[in-house]
Amino acid sequence: MKLITAVIKPYRLDEVKAALQAFGVHGLTVTEASGYGRQRGHTEVYRGAEYTVDLVPKIRIEVLVEDEDADDLIDVLVKAARTGKIGDGKVWSIPVDTAVRVRTGERGPDAL
Amino acid sequence: MPDGFSAGDTAFVLISAALVMVMTPGLAFFYGGMVRAKSTLNMLAMSFLSLGIVSVLWVLYGYSLSFGPDAFAGLIGNLDFLGMRGIGLNELTGSIPVTAFAVFQLMFAIITPALISGAIADRAKFSAWGLFIALWVTVVYFPVAHWVFFVDNGQGGWLGDRNGVIDFAGGTAVHINAGVAGLALCLVLGKRIGFKKDPMRPHSLPLVMLGSGLLWFGWFGFNAGSALAANGVAAMAVVNTQVATGAALVGWLVFEKLKHGAFTTLGAASGAVAGLVAITPACGSVSPLGAVAIGLIAGAVCAAAVSLKYRWGFDDSLDVVGVHAVGGAIGSLLIGLFATGGVGQTAKGLFYGGGLGQLGKQAMGVAVVAAYSFVLSWLLAKAVDKLVGFRVAEEVEVAGIDQAEHAESAYDFSAVGAGLARALPSLGLGSATGSAAGSAAGSGKPAGKTADTAEKTAQSVEKTEVDAR
Repeated sequence: MKLITAVIKPYRLDEVKAALQAFGVHGLTVTEASGYGRQRGHTEVYRGAEYTVDLVPKIRIEVLVEDEDADDLIDVLVKAARTGKIGDGKVWSIPVDTAVRVRTGERGPDAL
Repeated sequence: MPDGFSAGDTAFVLISAALVMVMTPGLAFFYGGMVRAKSTLNMLAMSFLSLGIVSVLWVLYGYSLSFGPDAFAGLIGNLDFLGMRGIGLNELTGSIPVTAFAVFQLMFAIITPALISGAIADRAKFSAWGLFIALWVTVVYFPVAHWVFFVDNGQGGWLGDRNGVIDFAGGTAVHINAGVAGLALCLVLGKRIGFKKDPMRPHSLPLVMLGSGLLWFGWFGFNAGSALAANGVAAMAVVNTQVATGAALVGWLVFEKLKHGAFTTLGAASGAVAGLVAITPACGSVSPLGAVAIGLIAGAVCAAAVSLKYRWGFDDSLDVVGVHAVGGAIGSLLIGLFATGGVGQTAKGLFYGGGLGQLGKQAMGVAVVAAYSFVLSWLLAKAVDKLVGFRVAEEVEVAGIDQAEHAESAYDFSAVGAGLARALPSLGLGSATGSAAGSAAGSGKPAGKTADTAEKTAQSVEKTEVDAR
């Protein structure tokens, strides 16, 4: 199994969710996140005092998939999240030892 | 009622007093929104404390020192009205009962020290602040109010009545006085930890807007009520207050857009307050066009002045100096240029054929009040610091002053925190115990009593939990 993690622009979430559903993903986890990549943050001004806000709001999506689906899923995800502008985010995958469905105790691919 | 009594004037002044009263909670919101979330309550409470302490002192001796018959050369009132004795229901000042005048002036005495608190946001010990308010109004505000506001046909206060310095509603007595005291205080207390390094942006601009809106609303009582009658001067004061404030709001925004590239919400609120401050001394002596000019100048100059603290390195947290001292001085000085001689006062400014005489008088008023306020405020702050310590401990300041000084916090947004608060008491690890013990350590109180209270709190939380089940 693989854990695919994507950090994307918040307003792309609906697109990405729809694309993942169309691909056949049954469940995902979404977290509000913040961070920066090469674009860095923005500047705010309060009575002339400028504050650099480094951390930009992002959405972090996590999906567990079987190994053979991982590459395709990454493609789908990247395509749905892409705007072509700076700050689109990152997607990565890591291997997962095991997964358990809490309600039934099923393990491995059955738990997905 | 005696001859000369006016029910209309009395009703107007009493309502004005209520309007001025609402400025202090308004100020609390204005300031409270500008500090960081961890110290909001303290900022609100500093204003409210003034409502408590000054109200009491006013009855005891404040009214007498400010408005009692002159004791010496226009410098201070005598003690004839201690405890407000001898002021009957039928005593009049002008066409209104003395009591109506006294309560109207009380509201001025309350908001002036509250204004100062913005200069020392996030770092003052609450008890020390209370002591400072009591000393400051006694030694600084009551005498200065006497100098400026006590009218007795040339035998009244030495600045206003004897020397013709015009301050219709308190540009010198309230705003320069508070602004300069704020400077003295922030010099004595020192900079906030992280000043110029950490971001200290306002935690709630909506709260700032609410506060500035309430200030604007209440200010009609502040300025128009100062006519002490429901007459043409009061009406003109309302007009001048509105147009000067609007102009200052625009002035600040334009300055900001040119200098920093954005029209900010905080700039709009700050510009409005700067305009209100600047028109305060002048609203009874200028025309609406003069008021617009004063507002525009005040908006732009105050917007520039707030950056002085970064250049000169004093930490006037919420720009009491930049807005109130500078704004008050602008308004007071511009009377010397824009007074028409035909509104409430006969003195004419330079632009209306009056020469430089009035400008000189205004400059003297500004300089005298600023110097007196700075020296006395600095000495009082030093004394309070020696006596009880003016500043909170470093760890309290970093953690936020609300829990240590008030045993409360303004906000709890954390769903995780709420869940923990429910879960921990049943494990014998009440979070209430932890935080209260922390605050006891921070404020240097003996931990025993606070821990007891905390235990009770934890038990009651547990009991509620049981009841809920």
